[in-house]
Amino acid sequence: MSTVEKVAAPKPRKPWAATPIDRSKTAGIILAAALVSFAVVAITPMKGKLAYAAIFFTAYIIIDFVVSYQKAGRPAAVDSLFRGLVTTAIAIAVTPIVSILVTVWSRGHKGLHWTLFTKDMHSNSFTDPVGQGGLLHAIIGTFLLVIVAMVISVPIGILTALYLTEIRGRFTRPIEFLVQAMSGVPSIVAGLFIYAAILIPFTKTVNGIQGSLALAILMIPTVARTSQEVLKLIPSDLREAGVALGGTQFRSVALVVVPAARSGLITAMILGVARVAGETAPILLLTGGSGTKNYNVFSGSLGSLPNYVWQAFSAGTPESITRAWAGILVLLIIVVILFTAARVLGNRKVGKK
Amino acid sequence: MTQMPAAVPEKREITTKPRLTDRIFRGVVTSGGLSSLVILGLILIFLLFNGYNTLKTQGLHFLTSSNWQAVVNDAGTFDPKASHFGIAAMLIGTMVVALIAVVVGVPISVGAAIYLTFYAPDFIKKVMVSAIDLMAAFPSVLFGLWGFFVLESSGEYWAKLLNKYFSWIPIFKLPAPYVTRSPFIAGLVLAVMIIPIVTSISREIFSQTPLDRMQAAYALGGTRFAMLRAVAFPYARSGIVGGVMLGLGRAMGETVAVYTVLNIVYQVNWHILFSAGGNVASMILLKFGEASPDEIKALMAAGLVLFILTLIVNSLANVIVSRTGKSGR
Repeated sequence: MSTVEKVAAPKPRKPWAATPIDRSKTAGIILAAALVSFAVVAITPMKGKLAYAAIFFTAYIIIDFVVSYQKAGRPAAVDSLFRGLVTTAIAIAVTPIVSILVTVWSRGHKGLHWTLFTKDMHSNSFTDPVGQGGLLHAIIGTFLLVIVAMVISVPIGILTALYLTEIRGRFTRPIEFLVQAMSGVPSIVAGLFIYAAILIPFTKTVNGIQGSLALAILMIPTVARTSQEVLKLIPSDLREAGVALGGTQFRSVALVVVPAARSGLITAMILGVARVAGETAPILLLTGGSGTKNYNVFSGSLGSLPNYVWQAFSAGTPESITRAWAGILVLLIIVVILFTAARVLGNRKVGKK
Repeated sequence: MTQMPAAVPEKREITTKPRLTDRIFRGVVTSGGLSSLVILGLILIFLLFNGYNTLKTQGLHFLTSSNWQAVVNDAGTFDPKASHFGIAAMLIGTMVVALIAVVVGVPISVGAAIYLTFYAPDFIKKVMVSAIDLMAAFPSVLFGLWGFFVLESSGEYWAKLLNKYFSWIPIFKLPAPYVTRSPFIAGLVLAVMIIPIVTSISREIFSQTPLDRMQAAYALGGTRFAMLRAVAFPYARSGIVGGVMLGLGRAMGETVAVYTVLNIVYQVNWHILFSAGGNVASMILLKFGEASPDEIKALMAAGLVLFILTLIVNSLANVIVSRTGKSGR
């Protein structure tokens, strides 16, 4: 028996992949750019983290350009110049996010304490030491405002989406257009509208439901557009199967299409809530900012987180500013939780239970 | 044996007429679908109804003059003839601030979208897309506070630099040495606020670039930049213009962030580094607190102008976006 020599399968070559030499070159360029940025900051009067970053990116782009030019001529140099520019752009785009998150945490955590979640502000003012009073009333208020806004806007939003995907009548194009136009309505205009339509003629005073109505106006387009995207993804096989089994359109939509899209519709709902939870301008016009707990959206001034932050910020003392940041931190945590929930649900495959 | 004649079944009525449940269903869904029309219509009607008197007494001066004065006559009642309401300064301010936001924000957003679509490794792409989408959900009051406490100091420094080296350009001149809370800084905050929306629209459009054309460009030996210039940019151009206009619409309607950051002064100010400015939305919020019922009607008129303005910009933007992909090689 002759032994067949095992020939190792040839490794696939990847001529486009970076070789160790390429990598070391890139590392060298980055190092050189860093050195330049340190040197420039040390010599010139430019100071600060942003100066380091600006000079680093500029130096990186220039050195990379020169190196590529020597290696492969003008087209390669222009290519690497452009790559450097777009990399800088994404760095600049992400910087404010990081800065905002860091700022909110570093300024807000000093104002965090347990009484925030157990007390309200009815016997305290914003200028009191940070440990006194809390924002329980504001959390309750925001919760109520958002729930009522959701009850109003989610059915309307989903019905709109159903019209656009299931009925597709002669108003489809205009409605699609109007929903998009509606998503651009400034929040202050929504506030003014409710003020003109309800507060002036009827209630003549602030209360919670007015705020919820304004928030609902801002929420409907988000819910409608996201739901529409989700419903579009439902395969028409499902609809046809429903009809082929003898169902009316109503039954095939209600028992097949909507259940299949359920997690996506919940995502749409959550995104809508995240969109309006921190909305401030209409709240300032319509709901008032009481510091006492109020469980009734139909009467009485209703405090809320954005309003709390706004009042604390306007009070302007160090204590009240710390309170404002703590309020923002709580609000931001709520928004991040909602957003993450929407992401997790949205990443599930459509049609699975 | 006689065979029973088979009973002839009665003729069934074959029809495409929807059943009762379906008719109800269609009616409900259609009326739900028409709600956006109803709401937009109601906004227009109510703002017009409340603002009509102001618009009528002020006429075109409402748009062209920069004077806001609610006059109370000797009897203690509001005097519509003697009062002056004009929002020219705030309209110009709205444009100035929104344009700064677009000029600063759009190159960053489009660059970021190009990086995310064509350059980023999967892992980085996922993280960054989540981060930018999350930023879109940040409350505007947060941007305001961040702008006021954090961006302000850097922004002042940049403003001084711009003034030092570019003061030969008229808009960078300073009539007096005050650079805090200027339209420039408000514009920067708005730029940060529109980055998520412009980035996500641009990214969506770039990701629809036809693969065969991209591969053709590479097959011809193009670098990545050559591919982008020959294929992706022409394909995405009109869509990006639409995304930019959506960002512009968002920036024009922003209230709280501008109110927090900007020193609102009722005058026409073209010097973007100087500490005075305003926009219609923040002016409404500012005047609302101490406004009399009659002045509030004038503010409604201002709100109407803002509403129509943003509606026009947004509609144009949507028309442009929906036409994407029809151009390009």
